[in-house]
Amino acid sequence: MSDTHAGTVAFVRDTMLPEQEPPLTEKGAVKWLRENLFSNVFNTVLTLISLAVIWYTLAAIGPWLLGTVWNAGSLSECRRILDGASGACFAVINDRWHQLLFGFYPSALYWRPTLAFVLLLVALSPVLFTNLPRKMLWFSAIYPFVAYHLLWGGSVWLPVSAALGFVAGYVAFVLVRRVNGLAAVFAAVLAPVFWWLLFAEPFNSTMTGILPLGLEFVRSDRFGGFLISLVIGVTGISLSLPLGILLALGRQSGMVFVKSVCVIFIEFIRGVPLITLLFTASLLLNYFLPPGTSFDLILRVIIMVTLFAAAYMAEVIRGGLAALPKGQYEAADALGLDYWKAQRLIIMPQALKISIPGIVNPFIGLFKDTTLVVFIGLLDPVGLSNAIRASTDWQGIYWELFIFIGALFFLFCFGISRYSMYLERKLKTDNR
Amino acid sequence: MSTATDPRATGEAPKKAFTFSMLLYDQRYRSITIQVFFLFLLMLGAAWLIDNTVNNLRALGRTFSFAFLNAPAGYDINQRPIEYNSQMTHGRAALVGFINTMILAVMACALATVLGVIAGVLRLSNNWIVGRLMTVYVEVFRNIPTLLWILIFGAIMTEAMPAPSAFRGDEPSASMIFNDSVAITNRGVFVPAIMFAQDLGTIRVGPVNPSIVWLLIIALIAAGIYVNKLVIDHATRVQNATGVRPKTWWKSILVLLGPVTLLFIVLGAHLEYPELRGFNFAGGTHLRNSLIAMWLGLGIYTGAFIAEIVRAGILAISKGQTEAAFALGLQPGKTMRLVILPQALRVIIPPLISNYLNITKNTSLGLAVGYMDLRSTLGGITINQTGRELEGMLLMMLIYLAISLTISGLMNVYNNRVKLKER
Repeated sequence: MSDTHAGTVAFVRDTMLPEQEPPLTEKGAVKWLRENLFSNVFNTVLTLISLAVIWYTLAAIGPWLLGTVWNAGSLSECRRILDGASGACFAVINDRWHQLLFGFYPSALYWRPTLAFVLLLVALSPVLFTNLPRKMLWFSAIYPFVAYHLLWGGSVWLPVSAALGFVAGYVAFVLVRRVNGLAAVFAAVLAPVFWWLLFAEPFNSTMTGILPLGLEFVRSDRFGGFLISLVIGVTGISLSLPLGILLALGRQSGMVFVKSVCVIFIEFIRGVPLITLLFTASLLLNYFLPPGTSFDLILRVIIMVTLFAAAYMAEVIRGGLAALPKGQYEAADALGLDYWKAQRLIIMPQALKISIPGIVNPFIGLFKDTTLVVFIGLLDPVGLSNAIRASTDWQGIYWELFIFIGALFFLFCFGISRYSMYLERKLKTDNR
Repeated sequence: MSTATDPRATGEAPKKAFTFSMLLYDQRYRSITIQVFFLFLLMLGAAWLIDNTVNNLRALGRTFSFAFLNAPAGYDINQRPIEYNSQMTHGRAALVGFINTMILAVMACALATVLGVIAGVLRLSNNWIVGRLMTVYVEVFRNIPTLLWILIFGAIMTEAMPAPSAFRGDEPSASMIFNDSVAITNRGVFVPAIMFAQDLGTIRVGPVNPSIVWLLIIALIAAGIYVNKLVIDHATRVQNATGVRPKTWWKSILVLLGPVTLLFIVLGAHLEYPELRGFNFAGGTHLRNSLIAMWLGLGIYTGAFIAEIVRAGILAISKGQTEAAFALGLQPGKTMRLVILPQALRVIIPPLISNYLNITKNTSLGLAVGYMDLRSTLGGITINQTGRELEGMLLMMLIYLAISLTISGLMNVYNNRVKLKER
């Protein structure tokens, strides 16, 4: 180029110009602001409104939070310390956190629910994260008995004898399986029932007589606060999934009678508010049971909450089953798998994977619904906040308690929903 | 073996003599065996429960009867959409509670839908700060129990709002909003009420006495919607025949709003504003704190769920649909109305209805702030006064069940109408 035009053109650039900085409006923060906040009139208005909302919220809550009093014995003392200035009184949390967490659980024994909670995390971790060693699942299996013993205490042989029932069932299954598959299932169901009805109590008393091991017994009415929410929530969640799967299978089944019973059960439970079921548990159960029987209110609530969540779970799983292409069922049949094997190996792994986001919603809902037990007189965090407010020291304190309780619930529920998103990503096998 | 009896020739299964082992091993009989066994267990359980109940009732010297519904209730209800006093029956009190439940449910559904649609759409906005703000709203409200929200809004209403006395004096510390028409106090919210100079009285329809004016208004609106549909159908026919769509918007406005406006003018409709008299506001409509707390609590809480549903519904429509509509030359507004929305609604409506159901069921939390709904009247005070837990709870469950089944039945009708017709 430069050679040909050497004579005719006065100057030809033969090197690249150095890169220039982009214009101010097209780089860095300014560009980001223009694109994300002020791209057009409507967006600008929205941005300004949002900024105003944020500003007013901060202006209203900020000074109140910054002026927090952490150490005071009562609300009046708090107000004296504040001396007219705006400020929160989180001293109530400092003063009563143990009640909000443990209820009226004996304070010398706080280590037991705490340990149970830590062990819960250990027991859950192999279930939640598959890259952990599979041997840890053994601990998850015995965890319910450990947790029961830690929370309620009493003789150590009671949970042991209950656990032995399951061992008896397994042994019976293995022994009878050589003879007949179906009979083995019956044996696996009947053996634990026999054990619990006939041998568990003698075993328990004999062993307690020989070796009186155990922790101090704590009555259920001492339970309260987040302890009760977690006990009800975790038990309900872990029992409602298998029950929900069974109900969903029943609703899909070809057996008319089984199907109609499942449909009626699911629609009934989904049609009435949980609170009426809880009232049934607390008021009406005495009508339905033989005179003189009374069992623990927490246990009744757990049963009702589990049934409630199971009905919702069943609908979610039915959605997953329905979303599965028919070819999967036919392929399982073509391989000669029987019903349960087909469900276990082909259908369920896929159906459950499809329904994960849906499964998590009833879980979170169930955990939040544990607050309803306040209506039947159990002291969950909401009930305790009323109780704390009723004491002379803390009469008239609202926001600090609500913020504390709300924050803890948020932590749990948000955690569960994040985990479900992680699981969904991990199980995603299609290439999109 | 002769060919006539060979099962392979006739295509039938070989007929073997029936043996008892077939009940377990033959697929044809096995399901019957299992079902009979299941039925047996179930009936055993039911018989046990009923037997216990009968014995327990006999031991308590009680009968199973709904006669208590005709006995005088003897308690007051603070929110009375229909005529009620403490001399009336428990059945009447239950009816008042039921209407209160429905009022709250409809109000909360409306609020939740409005909030949910706005938040769901704005969460997808490319405005960074608005998107984040809506995410915060959705996550905060979804992950904290609704009971707590109801209590929080109840506390805000009773603790943080000014007393009616704060509105008095030359320099009041609180003032009414919206041009002196709405007063928010710690005793509730006072809003203007529509009053008519001429009252047409009421008619008796079973247990309730609806006002003739309001029945007339509802009838006119329904008729207006029907006539409007005829107008639009006609316009579509004309468009199909001639290719030109006649302008219908002024006809629609006339048909929908005209008759009601005329009725309002004829009857001399005017607004009655709340006024501070004595220690409290009088006049206008008094929305109690319990109603406001329940309304805001349920509405804003469920709005967060609806926001997620709306967002998912919009995201479910693939971008190709928009592009295809643009390629056909549709304007953005028409693209939204004719292509995106009908498809998105198909995804949105079923979960939306199930959230409406949740709202209706959650109204039973009214007890927490003293809202007199079905649960507080029939399932609360009536049960406590008469001791009829069994009958009261049963009746209440059946009523809730009836509401739920009605709504979900309507949903199924709708679903079948908009379902993709697969061939």
